[in-house]
Amino acid sequence: MRLGRRVALTLLVLASAASATRAEEAGQPLRPVTIVGDAIPASLTGAAGDPARGRALVLDRTRGLCLLCHAGPFPEERFQGNLAPDLSGVGARLSEGQLRLRLVDGRRVNPQTIMPAYYSLAARTRVARAWQGRPILEAGEIEDVVTFLASLRGPARDQRTGP
Amino acid sequence: MIRTATAALAALLLAPGPAAFPGEIAPADKRSGFAEMGPALQAMQRDDTAHPGMLWVQDGADLWARAPSADAPACGGCHGEARASMRGVAARYPAWDARSGRPIDLEDRINQCRRTHQQAEPFARESADLLGLTAFVALQSRGMPLAPPDDSRLAPARQEGRALFEARMGQLGLSCAICHDDHWGRHLGAAVIPQGHPTGYPLYRLEWQGLGSLQRRLRNCMSGMRAEPYPFGAPEYVALELYLAERAAPLPLETPALRP
Ligand code: HEC
Ligand code: HEC
Repeated sequence: MRLGRRVALTLLVLASAASATRAEEAGQPLRPVTIVGDAIPASLTGAAGDPARGRALVLDRTRGLCLLCHAGPFPEERFQGNLAPDLSGVGARLSEGQLRLRLVDGRRVNPQTIMPAYYSLAARTRVARAWQGRPILEAGEIEDVVTFLASLRGPARDQRTGP
Repeated sequence: MIRTATAALAALLLAPGPAAFPGEIAPADKRSGFAEMGPALQAMQRDDTAHPGMLWVQDGADLWARAPSADAPACGGCHGEARASMRGVAARYPAWDARSGRPIDLEDRINQCRRTHQQAEPFARESADLLGLTAFVALQSRGMPLAPPDDSRLAPARQEGRALFEARMGQLGLSCAICHDDHWGRHLGAAVIPQGHPTGYPLYRLEWQGLGSLQRRLRNCMSGMRAEPYPFGAPEYVALELYLAERAAPLPLETPALRP
């Protein structure tokens, strides 16, 4: 499902977490995000992210988790997943705002998506105690990843350092 | 009309492999996690003299024959030769237990015998004794097709198991079905996602460096989804085990299997 460009919808992530458990509500409130069309145009922190930190997060299989499902232009990384589209050139295909929405809550673009919603507490069940009330990535981390993804503009080969 | 129908059919047939279609696994595509392993691990599972899990099974065989106390019979005291009396038993568990009025798995069954026929304390879940004895009993059904009992009293729990299998949960919002029905055979990082069949348990996992139960495996998958695992012995696991058995049948039992 693509959200029409005309639809500008303000979503208070906190408000949509009404069904979340009490423990989840006890966590830090998430920052409000404004969805315009199929994008979140504004930075969640008001600042630009750090692409080097974003890259590290994307490669980190216990924090970003991205390479469990996606492959990308990272020739040095063995065992990349193939459950999801290759991230090579994704910065040329999608705007920063579109990337941000897909990270924050991809269900807004495709309700059936298997990609975890990285910055939303909505519609969660049986979250393990250690993760309750916490988004998968914090707002600043989302911005770091968005800035890094936006820099992935060429086809896979161009971004490789080796042959 | 006929043209469009033919084209639609052709498109269906030409579409990428089964993993691309969401939904249940077609009977002809059912296969054990064994098929996902490299030749070295497959050979190790096939060779009882090289299979580390057989050490637990040997301890289980000893326990089968040993009386828990002077005035209580050994398992073998009531059941005789396991090779004959236990043949096919593991292939039909979980089963309905009239005494407790609920479905129970093989570990529960063994512990019920401990309590009622041996006046002994039940073994702790995941203890070497319970794993060894369960694996020894299940070994007697090795190679036999899973044959879940056709017992209507099991239906509600099996249905609950199916609902749990399909439910999104945890911080990552994944479900068992997303991985094991829709994406089996694909790579989740370094791991090939198996279809998630319960045919080998208890099994020896290299990562565990030991034997582990199906419930331990399910807890691992739940932690992977960042979901709060149920406590060992919870009825939710037995419900999942019931659904998994029906979903896997008639694949053959492999206990003790070996997995990476
Ligand atoms: C559990 C699997 C999974 C994980 C983990 C995951 N994704 Fe995704 N992602 C997907 C799938 C599947 C899609 C395809 C779109 C859809 O499902 O609607 C997707 C789509 C995307 C898209 C849009 C791609 C395009 O070409 O339209 C981006 C960007 C993206 N993911 C980035 C990431 C990043 C960055 C991470 C980690 C911080 C990540 N994903 C983690 C499964 C995953
Ligand atoms: C994100 C993917 C994912 C999810 C979600 C998941 N699993 Fe798994 N599962 C795996 C992988 C990968 C393995 C193989 C072992 C490994 O490498 O960790 C596995 C192994 C298994 C096995 C063992 C198969 C064998 O051959 O021994 C069973 C049974 C199983 N899963 C059941 C489940 C159930 C039930 C759920 C839900 C409660 C579930 N899984 C959720 C990925 C997943």
